[in-house]
Amino acid sequence: MVTLKDYEGGETAWCPGCGNFQILQAMKQALVALNLAPHQVLFVSGVGQAAKLPHYLNGNLFNGLHGRSLPVAAGAKIANHALTVIVVGGDGDGYGEGGNHLLHAIRRNQDLTYLVHNNQIYGLTKGQASPTSDQGFVTKTTPMGVILQPLNPIALAIALGATFVARGFAAKIPHLTDLIVKGIQHKGFALIDVLQPCVSFNHHNTYTWYTERVYDVGEETGYDPQDRFMAFKKAQEWGERIPVGVIYRSERPSYEDQVPAFRAGPLVKQGHDLRKVERLLEAFIP
Amino acid sequence: MFILFFFQKIRLGTFFIQKVHVIYEITMADFTFLIGGEAGQGVQSMGYILAMAMAKGGYHVFASQDYESRIRGGHNVFTVRVSDRPVRAISGDVNLMIALNGETIARHAVEVVGDGPIIYDGERVDAEASSTLFSVPFERLAVERTGNRIMGNTVALGAALSVVKYDLDILFGVLKTVFGKKRAEVAEKNVEAARGGHAYAQHHYTRAGGTLPPLGDSRRMLINGVEAVALGAVAAGCKFMSGYPMTPSTGILQYFAGQAEALNVVFEQAEDEIAALNMVLGASYAGVRAMTATSGGGFALMVEALSLAGMTETPAVIVVGQRVGPATGFPTRTEQGELEFVVHAGHGMFPRAVFAPGTVEEAFYLTTKAFNVAETYQVPVILLTDTHLSDSYVTADTFDLTRITIDRGVFLSEDAIKALGKYAYRRHKLTESGVSPRVLPGQKDALVVTAGDEHTEDGHITESAEVRDRMVRKRLTKLDGVRKAIGAPHSYGPTAADTVLVSWGSTYGALREAVDRLNEKGAAVRMLHLSEVWPFPREAFSGLLAGSRQFMVVEGNATGQMAHLIRAETGLEAAGRILKFDGRPITPAYIVKQFREEVT
Repeated sequence: MVTLKDYEGGETAWCPGCGNFQILQAMKQALVALNLAPHQVLFVSGVGQAAKLPHYLNGNLFNGLHGRSLPVAAGAKIANHALTVIVVGGDGDGYGEGGNHLLHAIRRNQDLTYLVHNNQIYGLTKGQASPTSDQGFVTKTTPMGVILQPLNPIALAIALGATFVARGFAAKIPHLTDLIVKGIQHKGFALIDVLQPCVSFNHHNTYTWYTERVYDVGEETGYDPQDRFMAFKKAQEWGERIPVGVIYRSERPSYEDQVPAFRAGPLVKQGHDLRKVERLLEAFIP
Repeated sequence: MFILFFFQKIRLGTFFIQKVHVIYEITMADFTFLIGGEAGQGVQSMGYILAMAMAKGGYHVFASQDYESRIRGGHNVFTVRVSDRPVRAISGDVNLMIALNGETIARHAVEVVGDGPIIYDGERVDAEASSTLFSVPFERLAVERTGNRIMGNTVALGAALSVVKYDLDILFGVLKTVFGKKRAEVAEKNVEAARGGHAYAQHHYTRAGGTLPPLGDSRRMLINGVEAVALGAVAAGCKFMSGYPMTPSTGILQYFAGQAEALNVVFEQAEDEIAALNMVLGASYAGVRAMTATSGGGFALMVEALSLAGMTETPAVIVVGQRVGPATGFPTRTEQGELEFVVHAGHGMFPRAVFAPGTVEEAFYLTTKAFNVAETYQVPVILLTDTHLSDSYVTADTFDLTRITIDRGVFLSEDAIKALGKYAYRRHKLTESGVSPRVLPGQKDALVVTAGDEHTEDGHITESAEVRDRMVRKRLTKLDGVRKAIGAPHSYGPTAADTVLVSWGSTYGALREAVDRLNEKGAAVRMLHLSEVWPFPREAFSGLLAGSRQFMVVEGNATGQMAHLIRAETGLEAAGRILKFDGRPITPAYIVKQFREEVT
């Protein structure tokens, strides 16, 4: 049996009170709940406060470049699809620098779980607007307030036909744990956007601000996360009420289901047959 | 024997000395066909079929394409140079032209030497009367014979091969191979069209024609640079390739993708080049050999990930097929302008290797070596090719798979992992060679942790000055190992030569022929060719220069990038620079001419 002790990691470099601590806790609990040992899990992250998370627990880790965690994860999952691959990053990493990769990761529908710690601010660089900052939000790079419309990751993912789209709130640890479990269990690309208070640089979207607004769609009677139009409508809610939970899910074949080479098992376990190459060379003789 | 020697010396193609039958049989054949027309007229497939037919009949072939960045219109040219000896460059002279439009005649008639025939469709194309023009009604014959005017190109091929008295059955065989895949009926119609052109030329071509007799069945491959690289990757056991299509490297991606199902490998078309190299790093970290291929502009997008490969010590093979820059440049043309870019690309300090194959054989074998070096030293390796090498079809002896070795570098065994203790494995453990034994993620009792941030031996982020110092030294120590793996430059020509001409990459063939020509005319020159350029083989290069008074570089760029590298690495200064940067490949004739200007 895997226990929380297996995931105990090193000292963190986050600010006291940071929402990341709760997300870290939820992550560990989810992995224990799934009885996944650290060596079975590969974390891939980029750069940002969120991207440091995998350094603070046990697991395999490729901590790469800002915004580029999804393609690294894509390659690793192709090489060894037996690994449970979890991608962790922030809103700048995933929705700013790496935006294009997110679009295509959704299309690719590999069996990856992508956690975006969305604090609506740039923390590591100390307080600039992020792609999800609310309009009017005054930051160091938007002294007159943000004029750009915020990116809506939930609506974006649903529009692109993502197969698992969820939103969590860092302070609701058991709820977030459950979302991570479901995301990992989902066969396909799972996006989990996590509302994460930044106690140092975002004094607008605070614990209180979120707590007053979030509600669980799972507890709403008649809400069907498999209804794409209902989900898309739900995704528009922001402001007075903010929905959390599994907003949308659908079934379509994952990348792994469709790649012929995987039929013989993970690529990394497969041998190399030079006789096949000999036949290829023959074809070049006119 | 005297007569043979005489004719070889003056380098006559068989076409022009056909009347001297005794001599003709023993002189060296060196004959160039040129096919020209608009994009979409089928110039490329005609050229390829002709090259196949000549290769199949036992000739050595060097077939080069010159095309524009467009799908229809414009002006495309395919030259097929054939010889009974290995040919490694385009000649510049044309012995027989097939013109599919008037522009081809207008532009290239001047290249035709020795009154060689210009075959064209006089019913479709206006041309000023000339004794060398030979009109064959391509379209009319195609319609008459097959009911399809598209077969006009095959009529033209039939006519051309009739003029040189080649064995038409060989062409039929090739047509059946090429078109039989689609439909037997299409192949038959092409054969009929070729017969039509052949019969017409037999009746109407009245000038004394030369002959290119088939030399016997050949087992040589006809292959271009992108195919050779892709095959090298496959032979090396590359299991994953990712890329974003970009000329001239797209063919590598397409070949690999085309074989993916049969070989149980995966090709993934990335959303951009940034993703392509990051995917490769992910796959390589997880344990499979992985590669990407692009051109200079795509590589510019990969540079950040190149640095990541250096920092995380992740093996990667990156093909950079040079084309004309800056920016989009000439998208379909050739240049050697990225040598300094690939040698220096990336923020921070990290080791790498750069190979620049000069031939399709080197493209194949150096690709397999690139994987070995990448994995042995856990570094990125760049294969620097260019449009000229990528696109030119040449005959080559079938690649020798017994020469392939696969060296995946140092891995820890399961027992060794157990002996270390649970989770005690350190991915970036300090060692004398700088190379840390690898473990693949997923292995019980071991965690494989790496980071683009400076990291401790166990791969976690650190801010320690001491660790930083040790880690920089560790990574750079690997360069000593890489340096030992770098092969010496090739030397060709007399050791006692006065001047050494230095080339790298695809300039190999043109320079080798130029060296022969210059020495035949009394110059004393030797060539030194670098196919393994970084880490620069300082001692080997300097040693091979000994005995010669001076060296000059021959490069397809405007600044003499190799000359810069040589000076930086050895302190030696090139006495001259033969450069070309108009987007067209360097030819032997160009080098000879420029060399004469340099020395006078």
